[in-house]
Amino acid sequence: MVKNIAIARNDFPILNEKINGEPLTYLDNAATTQKPQAVIDALTHYYEHDNANIHRGVYTLAERATEGYEGVRQHVAKFIHAATDEVIFTRGTTTSLNWVALGFASQVLQAGDEIIITVMEHHSNLVPWQQAAQRAGVKLRYVEINEQGELDLAQYADLLSAKTKIVAFTHVSNVLGTINPVKQMTKMAHDVGAYVVVDGAQAVGHFKVDMQDLDCDFYAFSGHKVYGPTGIGVLYGKRELLTLMNPVEFGGEMINLVQRQITDFKPAPEKFEAGTMPIAQAIGLGAALAYIEAIGWPAIEAHEQELVNAAYAQLAAIEGLTIYGPPAGPTRSALITFNLNGVHPHDVATVLDTQGVAVRAGHHCAQPLMQALGVSATTRASFGLYNNQADVDRLCAALVETKEFFQV
Amino acid sequence: MNLGNLSDLYRQLILDHAQHPHHHGDLAAADQTVTLNNPTCGDVIKLQVELKDDRVADIAFSGDGCSISQASASMMTDLVKGQSLTDVQHEIATFLEMLMGNSGEDEDVDALGDAAVLATVIKFPARIKCATLAWKALEQAIGEAKNNE
Repeated sequence: MVKNIAIARNDFPILNEKINGEPLTYLDNAATTQKPQAVIDALTHYYEHDNANIHRGVYTLAERATEGYEGVRQHVAKFIHAATDEVIFTRGTTTSLNWVALGFASQVLQAGDEIIITVMEHHSNLVPWQQAAQRAGVKLRYVEINEQGELDLAQYADLLSAKTKIVAFTHVSNVLGTINPVKQMTKMAHDVGAYVVVDGAQAVGHFKVDMQDLDCDFYAFSGHKVYGPTGIGVLYGKRELLTLMNPVEFGGEMINLVQRQITDFKPAPEKFEAGTMPIAQAIGLGAALAYIEAIGWPAIEAHEQELVNAAYAQLAAIEGLTIYGPPAGPTRSALITFNLNGVHPHDVATVLDTQGVAVRAGHHCAQPLMQALGVSATTRASFGLYNNQADVDRLCAALVETKEFFQV
Repeated sequence: MNLGNLSDLYRQLILDHAQHPHHHGDLAAADQTVTLNNPTCGDVIKLQVELKDDRVADIAFSGDGCSISQASASMMTDLVKGQSLTDVQHEIATFLEMLMGNSGEDEDVDALGDAAVLATVIKFPARIKCATLAWKALEQAIGEAKNNE
């Protein structure tokens, strides 16, 4: 059944909340998205009807829970066009990336190697690589951005060499909104024999991602940014690389045979999923993916593109407002980061909050990028499928009032 | 627009301090320099103090922050310049308690001068750390000075 995106807003109960007496204008979707009734119901239904620990039980209820959990693994695989055993459940993007930087990097890094990341990385795709580089004693190098906030691909090409062992970068910048050319960058890295790790936290949920098309080696994303619950995330990895990769956590469920001195692990994905996993959250993620599929990518992509184009034009028309990142168009995803000259982002966010408008202010966990932009903090408005033109209008009106309040 | 609460947070006195902060800059003869940041937002303060005979002989701050953090630093430097370290430590404790919602004795709060108006910040929990940053920097500077004695 195809859902109409124009009325999708009604599926999200929290959007009926009043904040400081005003309707909630939720524009912090890059931090976390709100949940549709279908996801909330799936969590409740699981706890009311299907709750048991997975895999071990021989009773009916445990089989039902296991079927639900493993069914979502199949669903995720289909959603990102991968094989089922290439999908690992994690706590979220941060855990996914840390596991690659620990369990995979340690298997392949050797003296003299180099890791390449970019200056636009979220700390979760930056600090794990700093740590991996320090542990292995290898060099960490950075791809810089150009004036439009896009990666400097010529400099990236120069950095790549036979020494490059791992390239890690974000699909979409959580600050600039830039959509990076993952397929092209992956091809360039593969040409020098490097492995490619992609942070998909800001991409999945906004447009279709296809592992076979992108051809990257690892891809990470979070459930809570795609209208699903917190506490569940995904790490995709190519099958042969998951075989090479070591688990980071050890314990129940991930073993084949435990003896006093040695243990034989199960194959991927089970060998990575030690202990009781977030089962209900996985079920909720499945409901979120089904919700997205019911609306369909063409409608979501067109709606968000239209919204961000309108927001860009309206924000750019506010005098004294600086927008960071690429112009509205095919290389910009559904978020806009800006500064109102003369007003600190925290003050902007506080004034907007009194008008029910929720935005994020600060360094957005991207301090090296803030330094590259020459700012200490910025304000970010990020959109989801339920936002509409009225939200954009309320944001812009509130910013004009903020200017008047601070007399700038 | 719901300006009621907002005018509480951004009183004219706070805006005046934020827009024209007192003791903003660097000290030529600083005994202690403390740089603190607020990891949740990236705000930074560099606080310098010159100490003489167990008193704050001079004080200055610089850095980058929102109007609340800048106003708070400005008000604090006005208050403590010339005071004994014992009095300053008492005032820091009063201020930090006040922003945890413990109002304390009226006379102690009154003794905070302009900074007493920052009590309104507790209505905006996300901004409490903005108000306390400078005071924590001063607390650390005095602690380090005493350790070095």
